[in-house]
Formats: sequence, C-alpha cells, structure tokens
Amino acid sequence: MKAQGLLLEERKGFIHHKGRCGSVSIRCDTDSLSGAVSQRACVYCGARVVLNPITDAFHIVHGPIGCASYTWDIRGSLSSGAEWYRNSLSTDLSEQDVIFGGERKLWEALSEVARVHSPKVIFVYATCIVGVIGDDVRAVCKKAEEKFGIHVIPVMAPGFSGHKPVGYRMACNALMELISRAPGATKRHGSVNILGDFNLAGEIWIIRSYLEEMGIEVTAKITGDSSCDELMHAGEAELNIVQCAGSMTYLAKRMEETMGIPYIKVSFFGIEDTSQSLLHIAQALGDRKAEKKACELIARETRALKPVLRRGRELLRGKKAAIYVGGGFKAISLIKQFREIGMETVVVGTQTGKKEDYDLINSLVREGTVVLDDANPAELEYFIREKQADVLVGGVKERPLAYKLGVAFLDHNHERRHPLAGFVGVRNFVKELSLSVNSPVWQYVR
Amino acid sequence: MLDLTPKEIVERTALRINPAKTCQPVGAMYAALGVHRCMPHSHGSQGCCSYHRTFLTRHFKEPAIASSSSFTEGSSVFGGGSNLKTAIKNIFDIYKPDIIAVHTTCLSETIGDDVGAFIQDMDIEEGKYVVHCHTPSYVGSHITGYGNMIAGFIRYLSRSTGHKHNRLNIIPGFVNPGDMRELKRILDLMEIPFIMLPDTSGVLDAPMLGSYTMYPPGGTRINDIIAMGDSPLTLALGELTCEVPANELKRKCGVDYKLLPLPMGIGATDRFIMALSEFSGHEVPYALEEERGQLIDILLDSHPYFHGKSVAIYGDPDTVLGITALVLEMGMIPKFVITGTPGEAFTGKAQEMFDTFGVTGCTAKAFSDLFELHQWIKNDRVDLLIGGSYGKQIAKAEDIPLVRAGFPILDRYVHSYMPLLGYRGAMRLVEMILNALMDRRDRDCADEDLELVM
Repeated sequence: MKAQGLLLEERKGFIHHKGRCGSVSIRCDTDSLSGAVSQRACVYCGARVVLNPITDAFHIVHGPIGCASYTWDIRGSLSSGAEWYRNSLSTDLSEQDVIFGGERKLWEALSEVARVHSPKVIFVYATCIVGVIGDDVRAVCKKAEEKFGIHVIPVMAPGFSGHKPVGYRMACNALMELISRAPGATKRHGSVNILGDFNLAGEIWIIRSYLEEMGIEVTAKITGDSSCDELMHAGEAELNIVQCAGSMTYLAKRMEETMGIPYIKVSFFGIEDTSQSLLHIAQALGDRKAEKKACELIARETRALKPVLRRGRELLRGKKAAIYVGGGFKAISLIKQFREIGMETVVVGTQTGKKEDYDLINSLVREGTVVLDDANPAELEYFIREKQADVLVGGVKERPLAYKLGVAFLDHNHERRHPLAGFVGVRNFVKELSLSVNSPVWQYVR
Repeated sequence: MLDLTPKEIVERTALRINPAKTCQPVGAMYAALGVHRCMPHSHGSQGCCSYHRTFLTRHFKEPAIASSSSFTEGSSVFGGGSNLKTAIKNIFDIYKPDIIAVHTTCLSETIGDDVGAFIQDMDIEEGKYVVHCHTPSYVGSHITGYGNMIAGFIRYLSRSTGHKHNRLNIIPGFVNPGDMRELKRILDLMEIPFIMLPDTSGVLDAPMLGSYTMYPPGGTRINDIIAMGDSPLTLALGELTCEVPANELKRKCGVDYKLLPLPMGIGATDRFIMALSEFSGHEVPYALEEERGQLIDILLDSHPYFHGKSVAIYGDPDTVLGITALVLEMGMIPKFVITGTPGEAFTGKAQEMFDTFGVTGCTAKAFSDLFELHQWIKNDRVDLLIGGSYGKQIAKAEDIPLVRAGFPILDRYVHSYMPLLGYRGAMRLVEMILNALMDRRDRDCADEDLELVM
C-alpha cells in the first residue's frame, strides 16, 4: 500500500482510522519523533503564546536573539489599552555571556527597563541556552523585585524541557504567581474569569458582550486584552470559564485548589457550542435571569443566522473538510461547525491533543475518518489527497501546503484578523470558507 | 502606536528592543533550501525548526520544509547523537532527499555535540550525502549562518581534480530568488557559464502547476558543488556575508576569489559587470549598456521628486549598504543607516560612502535595533524609511512612508519574485521610492495643488 512507503513505522500508533465501533486507541501527548517534520513548536513557544497578550507587561526573553525575533508581534491578539506587548525585548546573549553566564546581563537589562519605564510587571522567559548554562533566573528576578519594587516573574521554559504543553504549564505557574500576590478581596457574586481566549481579532470582546447582555460581569480576561491590575483581581470571581482547555485547564485546577473557584469548559466556536456554553455558564452560576436572557440571545442570533447557514449549505454542501489545529477543543468545535453547514470532516488532527480529546473526536466523526496526532506534512498531504478533502483548516505552516495541493484553506490560527468566535464568527466562518472553496482560481489548477 | 517610545534617548547595553536581525540557523536553512533535493535539518529543539520554517514561509509565502532532531531533556544532558542518527535514517527513508544539510542551534552548540563525528560514524548510502555546519545563535546573525552553511557544503563536497573548467563560481549573498534570477540573466547575457551556490530560484519562487512536489526543480546540483573546486575564479557578492565560504573554497581547492559588494545601484552593478567582463574577456553587450542607460535616464527624469530627501535604512548589512549606495547616487541623504548584525566593518564601509559622496550629518551603526532607530527619528525626522516589515510600526507612529526592501517582508506579496540587484533591480527600487514619496505628496497637498502631470 502506498502509505507504507510514506509513513514512518514509529508513527503508526499516532494515526487512527475510525472503524465501525467506537473506541480509539491513539498514541498522543508524547514527544515528537526525531526526523519527522513535526508542525509543533517548543516549550518556550507554549509559554509565550499564553502570556504574550498581557498588554502592559514587559516580556523579556533571556537568551540569544532568535527566540525573541521570531515571536515579535506575530499574533492577532488585540488590546483596548497598552501596546507594550507588541515590542520584542531580549537580552540578546552573545558568546561571552554563554561562557561566563548571562545573569549579569539579565540584571542590567532589568535595571534598564525599570529605570526608564515604569512597568507594572515583567515576565522573564528562560530559553534553551539559559537552561543549559545554569543561569539562576529566579534569583535575579527576586533581587530585581526587591530593588525596584515591581513584579518580576520568571517563566522557566527552556525549549527542550518537554514539548509545547509543558510551556503552557510554566506560563500558568507564572500567572498563578501573579494572581496569588493580590491582597485578599471579597468575592464578586455572579462574575466570571474568561480563561484561554487570547482576544484574536477581538474575540474576547465578543464573548464579553454576550455575557454582559446576560448580566454576568467579567472580572479578569486571561490573557486576551488583560492587564496586570485586572489579573490581580482574578481571585475575586465566582466561576472560571475555560475555552482553550489545552493551555488553561492546569491554571483552572490550581485556582480551584487554592482559591476555591470552580471551573467549567466552554467553547465559542459554532452555533451549537456557543449556545450550549452560554446556557452552561448561566446554569453553573445558578442565575435564572441570566439563563433566560441567554435563551433570548441565542434565539435572536440563531434566527438571524438562518439565511447565512442556508446560503452556506447551498455553496458548500457535500464538500469535505480536513482539520489540523493545535489543540483538541478547537478541532471538536470545528467538526460540529462543519456539520452545521452540511460538510463532512474526513481528516482531523491536532498538534497537542490529549486522550479525552481524541475520544470525543472519535465519537463525533463518521466511519473512515482519519484521526492524526502530531502529524507531519507528508502524512497530511497523503491523507488529504486520499480522502479528497476540499478545504484544510489550520495555521501558518499548513496554508502553503493546502495551496500547493490545490485545496482551499481557512486560517484558524493566531494571526487571524476576522473573528471566528461567537455568532459573529459563524458569519465570517461561512464567508471565508465559501470564498476560499469557490474561488475561481482553482479551475486553473485542477 | 508605540506611544511608549520615549523621545529621550537612554544608553542601553544589555537590553535589545525590537531587533533588526535574527539568529544564525534560519540563514543556514535558507542556504540549504538553495541546493537541489536537499533537506535542511535543525539539530536542536523543535521550536527552532518550527520558528525558522514559519519565518521563511511568511516571507516567501511558500512552504519551507525542514526536519528537526527534536531535542528533549534527555538529549540535552546526554547529547543529541542518537536523535541525529534516528533523524537522518528517518529522513532518508521517508522524504528521500539526495542530501541532508545539518545545522546546529545554540542548544546543541552549548552542550558540545560533535556533529561532525556523529556524521562520520553514520552508514550513509552511496550517492547520498550528509553535510553539517556550526551555527550558534549567539554569534553574529542570520547572515553569518547563511555563510557558514555554504562553507559547510563546500567543505564536504567541493573537490579539485587538477583539471580546471571554465565555469565561474558565484556566491550570491543573502538575497531573494528574484535577485538570483537576475544575476543568472546577467551572466547569460554576458555568455558566461557559471555555478551558483546557493540558488533558491525555482525553489522558493516555484510556480503553481497543479501538483505539489516536495523538492521543486530549482537549486544547485550536487555535482556542480563538487565541480566548484575546479573553477578558475569565485565571485562572492556581499562583502560582509560571503567571505567565509569563498575563503573555504580557496583553502580547500585553491580557487581564487574576488569579494564584491552586492550589485545594487549603478556603481556596484558596474563593478560586478566589469569583473565579469574581465573574467570572460567578452565585451559588455549592448543589452546591459541599454539597461544602465535606462536607469540613468529615469534618475534624470525624476530627480526633482527625491533629490535631497532624507532616508532611514535598516536591515541586513550588505543589503543596507547596497541600498545606501543607490540612495546616495540618487542624491538623497541616508541620515540613519543601521543593521542589527554586529561588526564594525559595516560602519566603516558606510562612512566611506558618506565621505565619497560628500554628505555629512549621517549616522551609521551596527548591532543596533529598531527601538533606537525610532528614538533617533523622533528627535530628527526623515522623509522615508527603507527596510523590512518590522519598520511599519515606526512608519505608522511617525507617519513616514515605508518602502519594503530586504528581509523579512511578512506583510506584502510578490517582492521575493522580483530583483533589487542589477540595473533592473535598481529601476524597481527607484520606482518604489518614487511611488512612496509621490503618493505622500498627493495625499498631503491641498486640493488646488493636486497635479495631474508630475
């Protein structure tokens, strides 16, 4: 079989074809195979994507210039206030620093920042080299805090110390450290924190507007459009709602343990998930009024979307989708979203999905769908061709692959500028999909 | 935008803000993609490979394929030898390249992996190759990595058999595929057979023909890299980028080399073409004379719109020097000229140019960054910015037009398919500069001053 030549023996366990009956035993959540062209990034990347949207924080990358320059303003997370997070700060380690240690340079860098600007909080990211040469980043940060009287929080995320989800955890630890420094305050009844949305294209503002309509206050947004002050109030909320479960469940669990704040998982992609999430939030807060308002909101928005969906089905019915995204929750929501417009998902994979994600994915897809974990371009190419997908949903490294295969593409990655969350997002989703799938350029290629 | 950039300039020695460079490995990856059927391999954490591929993809709007050794905590302690061995085996099995080009990252360098020894111990099939180079990210910048990778190819493959052929070696500097195509066109017009290493034209500007190939038809052939050892001469374009590989070829195979600035603008392109003419003994064909004349004609016709305007130029050292040369030839003032790459030779060469053209009050600085540039501009405004996409924040904050030339350009299309080198490349850059300045004039003038004929 052709696949045999293309797929590495060691990768077999990571690929699963859905059979007639339910269960899936797919290998996932482990290190990538050396030599396979994985689409994953590293621990530092995981930490960076979680913390970077904090708008008035200074993010200093302690390491050689690369780590900082590659992550300079490459995301679409929007701010309603400060824009400091859109700069790129680094200690730009040189050979001397690597040999003799980088602590002195880090100290000077922190002094320079504290002297000229007055940041509320500084995050210091340790990178691969720092992990190896043994800089005591924690000690330098502590000293800086004492001397300058600002929060200086280390993020211990050298790239090799695991894979991307480890970075999420390190970032959550850093967030927890900041949040727990707040003086104790009274709980705000009926308020929530939004965890795991990074305000790409203003999506967190959309979610907040729905909650406000329901009469629910948002205490802290973690971390889209957040600020140091806002994060410090996070301990006062009554409930945590977790969208990106992959990155934030760990933080939610810690907040539950130490601050007694319960959490629920939500998703705002697609009509089904958005509606269910809004109701779930109201129910979890025990707020009957909010639940009623939610029903009205949902009914109104769903009615308004009926023509959009109808048109979408006309343009897209029967087309097949391939999904390759970072985490599990998004893939699950996307499968449902595609179903809403009459499209079937034939290939679905994630970079960092967990076992429970794959169980749920498996229960949602039809027989014959291919499920992948940590796929490489060769596998994606093979299965997209075999299953004759018409569109691929993914991120920056998947786009050129799709276009070269003559397959349409929907950008669901962190640079996107059109919101895809909430009911507004459904409109954009259908529009972008049909624009790409039905573009006249494909007739010159196929 | 960028409201927090203070006008008051404070000396910084430890903190880098908004860099104008990036690290070595991505340069090595770009060079490796310029060899036919080559898989670049990043020996380090996965993040490195991912970021470098992403960076290249965003600039060229093309897939950039490379593999990684995927270091874990274990490999960082015990060494990455086994990761590399597994990786090489897997890559040959699945992706079937003809050659794998390994470059290191700061991690593998610091733990002291002896990549050369690992490769020597491997069982590599006849007709397949594995080469390596050292690219620690805390030395130099991405253009250092570019030079190191080319030197790596030469060190492993080039051979001198004693029988010289007549093909000229060209090492093209850190330029786009569009530039490499332009160099090849000029060489063809001069009727000079050549070997170009690396050659990313046909790889990172490959056409859409309906099917996807992992190894596009472009790229330098391995046989040609081997044959470079028998060339009579190497022309290395880009004095601050290409000396290392040119020198390697001289050391290994005794091939003499000439180091030239990137052929940007009239003077540098003249020097390049005269060097070609000297090598081949041919006269310069009318076609090239015509292009030169066209460029000069254009400059004469349009000079009222750019003469005396001030520019800030930032980016890679050789590209910045090239643009500075053209800008001076046009009669503009390169008030601030910076690169993020360290090395005082850059400042020296820039100063020489200022002196030759008799301009004063201009500043050149190496190892600088865009935050510093922004602060300078806040204190002493310029009329135009020329550089990569990251300058757009300064452009927006200070309302200065930006012409995109160099690396990286992440927010525009077509640029990598088009040249900045040669007379035609200069015409293109002049067109972009004129459009930027003249659009600004149209935008800002009063209604009664809006002119139809300019």
